[in-house]
Amino acid sequence: MEMSEYLDVFIEESKEHIQALNDHLLTLEKNPEDVSIVNEIFRSAHTLKGMSATMGFQDLADLTHKMENVLDAIRNHKVKLNEAMLDVIFKAVDALEAMVLDIIDGGEGKKDVKGLVNQLEAMEKGENVEAASSLVSTEVTNKSVNTDVTLDEFELTVLQQSAEGGFNNYQVTVTLQETTLLKAARVYMVFEILEKLGEVIKSTPSVPELEEEKFDYSFTVVLVTKDSAEDVSAKINKVSEIDTVEVEELKIQAYDRDETTSVSNDTKAPTEQDSSEEEQSTSTANTKKKSQLSSKTIRVNIDRLDALMNLFEELVIDRGRLEQISATLKNNELQETVEHMSRISGDLQNIILKMRMVPVDQVFNRFPRMVRQLAKDLNKDIDLQIYGAETELDRTVIDEIGDPMVHLIRNALDHGIETPSEREAKGKPSQGTLKLNAYHSGNHVFIEIADDGAGIDRERVLKKAIANGVLTLEESKSYSDQQVFQLIMASGFSTADTISDISGRGVGLDVVKNTIESLGGNITIDSKYNEGSTFVIQLPLTLSIISVMLTEVKNEKYAIPLSSIIETAIVNKKDILSAHHQPVIDFRGRVVPLVSLSDVFGVPRETEEEDFHSVVIIRQGEKMAGLIVDSFIGQQEVVLKSLGNYLTDVFAISGATILGDGQVALIVDTDALIK
Amino acid sequence: MALEFLKSIVFELNDEEYALPVDLVGAIERVMPITRIPGVPPFVKGVLNLRGVVTPVIDLRERFSFERQEETEATRIIIIQHDEKDVGLIVDACYDVIDIPNDTIEPAPETIGTVKIDYINGVAKYDERLLILLNINEILSTDVLNEFYEMK
Repeated sequence: MEMSEYLDVFIEESKEHIQALNDHLLTLEKNPEDVSIVNEIFRSAHTLKGMSATMGFQDLADLTHKMENVLDAIRNHKVKLNEAMLDVIFKAVDALEAMVLDIIDGGEGKKDVKGLVNQLEAMEKGENVEAASSLVSTEVTNKSVNTDVTLDEFELTVLQQSAEGGFNNYQVTVTLQETTLLKAARVYMVFEILEKLGEVIKSTPSVPELEEEKFDYSFTVVLVTKDSAEDVSAKINKVSEIDTVEVEELKIQAYDRDETTSVSNDTKAPTEQDSSEEEQSTSTANTKKKSQLSSKTIRVNIDRLDALMNLFEELVIDRGRLEQISATLKNNELQETVEHMSRISGDLQNIILKMRMVPVDQVFNRFPRMVRQLAKDLNKDIDLQIYGAETELDRTVIDEIGDPMVHLIRNALDHGIETPSEREAKGKPSQGTLKLNAYHSGNHVFIEIADDGAGIDRERVLKKAIANGVLTLEESKSYSDQQVFQLIMASGFSTADTISDISGRGVGLDVVKNTIESLGGNITIDSKYNEGSTFVIQLPLTLSIISVMLTEVKNEKYAIPLSSIIETAIVNKKDILSAHHQPVIDFRGRVVPLVSLSDVFGVPRETEEEDFHSVVIIRQGEKMAGLIVDSFIGQQEVVLKSLGNYLTDVFAISGATILGDGQVALIVDTDALIK
Repeated sequence: MALEFLKSIVFELNDEEYALPVDLVGAIERVMPITRIPGVPPFVKGVLNLRGVVTPVIDLRERFSFERQEETEATRIIIIQHDEKDVGLIVDACYDVIDIPNDTIEPAPETIGTVKIDYINGVAKYDERLLILLNINEILSTDVLNEFYEMK
């Protein structure tokens, strides 16, 4: 069989499973006695094993198999789970990930894992793994998982929406009489009633399992309906051979979102299996169920989305051209048609942009593991809190944002949050908190990385800056806190007294800043000494289509990104003041320096001077400046294009765009104009 | 005896004939509107819209420090696609594609006109015509750009 065509699918799914493994292991670490989580892990591992064996990646399959044995032992209470064991399992997952990465790179997924395999085997036999014996091993206790319904994020959203829409959410537990012969038939009848009443969001065990009679006598469904609990109960009781029907109201708040982890987990189904044989069948049942649930989404190759985007960009250019033609022709019918087309293509643009959006969770989901590991390495106690993981960003931004974030998190853990003893000495809780928060605001996405650690020591930064000759003692006195914080993002700057593995070589924050700025975003720091620091990254929603103000300077057209414009103004020549040979204006009580675009860009100039100047007030962070142009053409959506590989680093030009008449207009890099 | 050929595009610049391997050429265009880019060396004329792709344009005359000349009906822009770079070259005229037998190509003479020797791969004599074979890497080298930026 030709495998290569399945390879992509295999890689995608393996990644998902490894992520699911990581997520669940972290949850398990917090609730070591929850067997249901072990089951989830087992399921992911099992699927991964099956897939890799089919694809012929034997090492991958073997290691997963060993892991599975251990998990099996844990859930059957043959061995007790402890911290050291978790570490080994985490390492095994890391090894799996390395193998998958190798496969992605075209390798065969081979890796020497003897050490790990031995450790896993020892664990399976119940031997202590070079135990960190100080850690208390927690006993795995059996919970009545049968009735425990776990909901994933999608289902939670549905329930939430239905609750808001005035529907009732019930958890209905139906128990059949023990004498029932055709269980599946009864289940079918119950479901028929349920579906008339409303919608079944979830059933435990899953529908295919129920149909195959893979349950004892009771099953639980989550039902969304307009009817009352009594009605539901009464209607179900009409089916014969029903023993009891319990209808309880389902409180969504009862489900902590954090526990439901990522959307990618495929664990919508039941919670208890005993033999691996049964597992096999449920995992196929799982896939069936999954395909039912996910029938509304399809996987699309990202290249196709890119191609779609490129085609659309062409369309935007033509749209501009049509708008221009219709404006000159002044034909009513043409104008109406063009306006309609513009609106439609505007909607189309929104949809295409949304299609390329992915939740930041794709970046965030690797952080819990990383923080756990780093906290261990650094002997720190850290609580990672993630908010807004569902916030969406353009895929191209997502691809780039990972590394800078890793860097900032490492920094926060290494330099920011103190060791437990230091924290206690300062009167803070010994556990440090690291908060990641993502949210939308306007045309931007903000990502905050906040720690409650030591904060930035203003004096130390200044001392270092003076020592490095960046500024003089005199200058340092007048520096605002913001200016001081910006210093630490200058290149070659590290205040860490000791260089650690994790950070402190001074090659970091400047790279972070550069990466973020190259994405069209910016980063600001807020910090209180001994209370913590917050890094805020501001990113554009998309990189390819931006809103600009089109301006004219003599015969040349320049586009200024709307995101950096505060407002436009017409300034009388006599209102222009001079401060140290620098023309400035008084703009709403602030002194704003004026920059003439025709001077900066050396536009061939005729001598006539007008009495009024058109000025675009731009802003970068706290600073402002006024750009003098000849006239404003108007606001427009344009497609951002690069100047190509030949021309790089053109001063104050960030790119180009093609206007409706087919001409190229340059896009001004306003940040370069504000010093 | 089988001869090896170098399929080349031949164009005119300052009354001399130059050649570039034809596989570098993406298109040959008539003069189109060019948007000036501020702050770049004078030989970079600006960028043009080549079917949706923003393409920088170099005036070869100025690149080789020949005297400037107004555009004529014959002026062409040769779009070169090389090393991930798309660049247009403005030339006085562009005629045809010819197969230059490899054995007629000789190394560049010590000096030839005012063109710096780096740009030239060799000289070929073909039907009484003297063709100067250009080195595209040197012409598109970004070193010149960087030198210019540093001088500023």
